[in-house]
Amino acid sequence: MPLNIRTYHELTEADRSGLGEQIAAQRQRVALRMARVGRVLAVLSGKGGVGKSFVTAGVARALARVGRAIGVLDADFNGPTAASLLHLPVARCALHDDAIEPAVSPDGIRCFSMALLLEDGHPLGFRGPDVESHVWRGALEAATLREFLADVAWGVLDDLLVDLPPGVQRFQELTELLPAPPAAIAVTIPTPESHDAVRRAVRGAVDRGATLLGVVENMVGGPFSGTAGEDLSREFDVPLLARIPWHPTPDTWAALAGRL
Amino acid sequence: MLFEERQLPGDGTLAAAFKCPACGRVVALLTNPMETQLVASLGVKIGGRTIDSQPMETIRGTVATGRADAFDDIRERGEGRGPIWSTEAQDRLARVPGFVRGMVKRIYLDYAKERGITEITPAIMDTARTELGLEGM
Repeated sequence: MPLNIRTYHELTEADRSGLGEQIAAQRQRVALRMARVGRVLAVLSGKGGVGKSFVTAGVARALARVGRAIGVLDADFNGPTAASLLHLPVARCALHDDAIEPAVSPDGIRCFSMALLLEDGHPLGFRGPDVESHVWRGALEAATLREFLADVAWGVLDDLLVDLPPGVQRFQELTELLPAPPAAIAVTIPTPESHDAVRRAVRGAVDRGATLLGVVENMVGGPFSGTAGEDLSREFDVPLLARIPWHPTPDTWAALAGRL
Repeated sequence: MLFEERQLPGDGTLAAAFKCPACGRVVALLTNPMETQLVASLGVKIGGRTIDSQPMETIRGTVATGRADAFDDIRERGEGRGPIWSTEAQDRLARVPGFVRGMVKRIYLDYAKERGITEITPAIMDTARTELGLEGM
C-alpha cells in the first residue's frame, strides 16, 4: 500500500527554516534599496570585448557632469574593471549597520565592484566542495548580485548603470531580483560576428521585459568593418544611439548621454 | 520523533538529528555537501535565522579570495566599553580568514552584549556557535 505523503505546501506544522519568508525578505530588501533609484540601466552585450565597461564609464561620467546622481554597479564579478575605469580611490569599504558605502569616483559617481573586495591579481573564488562546483557557483554569483543591489548604500540616484558581463544570464538574474525589468542599452562592435552574438542577448533581454533604449556601436573607424549597429537598430526598431570612435572625446559621451 | 540538534560534522555535510521521546532512539538525516552548499548559496539559513542579517553576509561568508582588509567596520569606532576578549579568544579569532573576521567578531560581540557577558572566551564562543547554529564559524 503506498504511503500517503504530503507535499511541502500541505504541511501544517511550523516551518522552522521559513525559507520562503527568507527569500521574500531578501527581495524586499532589494526593492527598498532600489525605491530610491530613479532608473536602473543595464549595459549589455552578447559579445565579450566590445567595450561595455568602457561605454558604461563614459556614459556615467557624462551623466554625472550634467548634474545627475549616478551609480555604477559592476556586475562582471570575474573580470571587474569599473574601479579602474572610473579611477576609484583605493580605500577600505566602510561598513555600517545595514549597508556598505560605495566607493565614490572623482566625478562623484557611486560605484561598487568586486575589484574593491578581491586580493590583487586573484580570481573570484568561493569556499565550497571542490567537486561539481558548477552546481552552486551560479547561485552564489546571483546572491552576490543581490547583495550588491541590496546592501550597498546607493542613496538617492537618478540612474544606476549596471555593467553586465557578456551574455544574458546575469541580465536574467538582475531582472528576477528587481521589482520591474530594467531599461537596457546594447553595445556592439561593427562586425557581423558581434551582430550575431549581440542580437541573441538583446532578444533574451527583450523577451524578459527589458525596455531597450537603443544600440551603441563601439570601436568604429578602426580595423573592424561591418554594420552591426545599424542592423541591430533596424531589427529591434530602436535608435542607433551612438557610433563611438576609437578615440572618443567628452563630447562623444555627452551626445550619447543626452539621448538616454 | 522530535528535532534534537543540527550538526556540521565536516566536509560540508549537514546532519539533522531527531530523537524518539519514548524510546530515546536517535535518527540523523544527512545531506550531501553539494545540496547543503546549493541551499546555502541562496543566502538562506536552514533551520531559520538565529541572528539578524549582516550586510553582504553571503559574500563575506563565502568568498575565499577576498582582501583581508576589504572592510572597515565603522561601528567599532563609536563603541565605548564593551565585552573584552581573552587572549585565547583573540588567538582563535585571529585564525578566522580576514575577509570574514569582522562579521564573525560582530556576531560574538552582539551575542555577549545581549547577555551581559563582559569577557569573551573560547568557551563563550563555543556556546554562541551552538546556540546560534554557527557551527561553520
